[in-house]
Amino acid sequence: MKQAKGTVFKYGDNVDTDVIIPARYLNSSDPAELATHCMEDIDKDFVKTVKKGDIIVADKNFGCGSSREHAPIAIKAAGVSCVIAETFARIFYRNAINIGLPIIECPEASKGIGAGDEVEVDFDTGIIRNLTKGTQFKGQAFPEFMQKIIASEGLVNYINQK
Amino acid sequence: MGMTMTQKILAAHAGLESVVAGQLIEADLDLVLGNDITSPVAIKEMQKMKVDGVFDKDKIALVPDHFVPNKDIKSAEHCKCVREFAYRNEITNYFEVGQMGIEHALLPEKGLTVAGDVIIGADSHTCTYGALGAFSTGVGSTDMAAGMATGKAWFKVPGAIKFNLTGKPAKWISGKDIILHIIGMIGVDGALYKSMEFTGDGIAYLSMDDRFTIANMAIEAGGKNGIFPVDDLAVAYIKEHSTKSYTIYEADEDAVYDAEYTIDLSTLKPTVAFPHLPENTKTLDEITEEIKIDQVVIGSCTNGRLDDLRIAAKILEGKKVAKGMRCIVIPATQHIYMQAMEEGLLKIFIEAGCVVSTPTCGPCLGGYMGILAEGERCVSTTNRNFVGRMGHVDSEIYLASPAVAAASAVTGKISCPCEIMD
Repeated sequence: MKQAKGTVFKYGDNVDTDVIIPARYLNSSDPAELATHCMEDIDKDFVKTVKKGDIIVADKNFGCGSSREHAPIAIKAAGVSCVIAETFARIFYRNAINIGLPIIECPEASKGIGAGDEVEVDFDTGIIRNLTKGTQFKGQAFPEFMQKIIASEGLVNYINQK
Repeated sequence: MGMTMTQKILAAHAGLESVVAGQLIEADLDLVLGNDITSPVAIKEMQKMKVDGVFDKDKIALVPDHFVPNKDIKSAEHCKCVREFAYRNEITNYFEVGQMGIEHALLPEKGLTVAGDVIIGADSHTCTYGALGAFSTGVGSTDMAAGMATGKAWFKVPGAIKFNLTGKPAKWISGKDIILHIIGMIGVDGALYKSMEFTGDGIAYLSMDDRFTIANMAIEAGGKNGIFPVDDLAVAYIKEHSTKSYTIYEADEDAVYDAEYTIDLSTLKPTVAFPHLPENTKTLDEITEEIKIDQVVIGSCTNGRLDDLRIAAKILEGKKVAKGMRCIVIPATQHIYMQAMEEGLLKIFIEAGCVVSTPTCGPCLGGYMGILAEGERCVSTTNRNFVGRMGHVDSEIYLASPAVAAASAVTGKISCPCEIMD
């Protein structure tokens, strides 16, 4: 399957969907427009510096709060290729899979990767390599059913193919 | 192995004899919900699906409530998209401005959510209907789209945490204080991926409005759902509001729980969640410093029901909101608004110097109708106090019960109702 490789933006515990995409911008559902405000209330520099392929690494409960799918949509449209966290809030987890934003739960990677590190992720094996520090982690594999949704690049395609 | 209440409902809707935690299932849906923020994205996704229309026009509820009456042109376009979809697909339960209310107060009132249902909604507070013994959970727009098209959703069967509520709540203790106490105890990810199953003799003392508040904030502990046993009060509520058939499920005696907590409601104290997480709770007697506030919001899917307005009016009656304070009262539905008017509550609010609004989620998520400036503080009966949730990133939200919010509106600082009432 796919691989991701990019520079890491690092965040802490409980990054909520209100800071990922503040509600004042939810009068739009256009991915490109949402991307211009991604992470605005937690990291004003994110949209200025993020490059296509970059990776977000966070600690516990990433994406908690509101069910707004605009949050993973904004992250994906900003160019982020993968989000790695110790744990994800459950609605964000579903939403990310459903829209085809790769996410991986891996507590060790969340602790062993810092801001600015170059990281490579292999989605087939779940192997996460920190190229800057020369370390390697194994992310949690998806259940088979979710792998099918991911392989279909989202729930809509998966249902269309059924 | 025994099943929890949630597991029994899910098994029945997946056509299975039994399920276990961690099992992936596909369940039939009794109701699919969306609002003016989440539905436009779902409608766009549904248009990509190879389907002719919705699975059942009677089992979809579309409620524009977040940015209505339309706050700006872009919001108006979203609402137009939802309205046109509703008319095109002859959706029975589309609620226009004038009939609408905040979705999670409106749907039980309209009898659309009953015991034993499986409900998904593209809004995180969909877990509210667990108060009636339904399995209901928040999802995103793509899940909503798939639900509208197929009438089904996939779930990972959750494990559960059991909360045994005992005793009679102490004075001024409401459902809000109980759920804030629980979130303070287990944290904002304390129930991640799990059901929060409430049980115990203390439930008999809780009104339906208290139970809706508690189930509503299960998501604030990371929970997949919150659920209450279906007692006589819940059955009476369902019969009063709905003609739908309902099914009462009970947890097996040997059901397995990941953790169990017992909470003596008679020992609880009025509780406030400090910025910027719902888990940052303090009881009012633990607050030693004076915390001056600029705004009070009484409303939302958490606390905009009649019980909430009654207790707030009882405290505000014959008093004035503090100088410089804005107190915004938002009845959650048109029906609640009407009842509050007939009971004279609105007059009390207006005479006290509050503003009373048409139903809207507006200020709760920083949409409109009460946005905070830099450095301002709000005591709010809403459900989230994240950074920037109600406005400027350097504003602050303190989550509290309607009683604490009303008392704080009078004094201008975070206050216990006991300070100004007998």
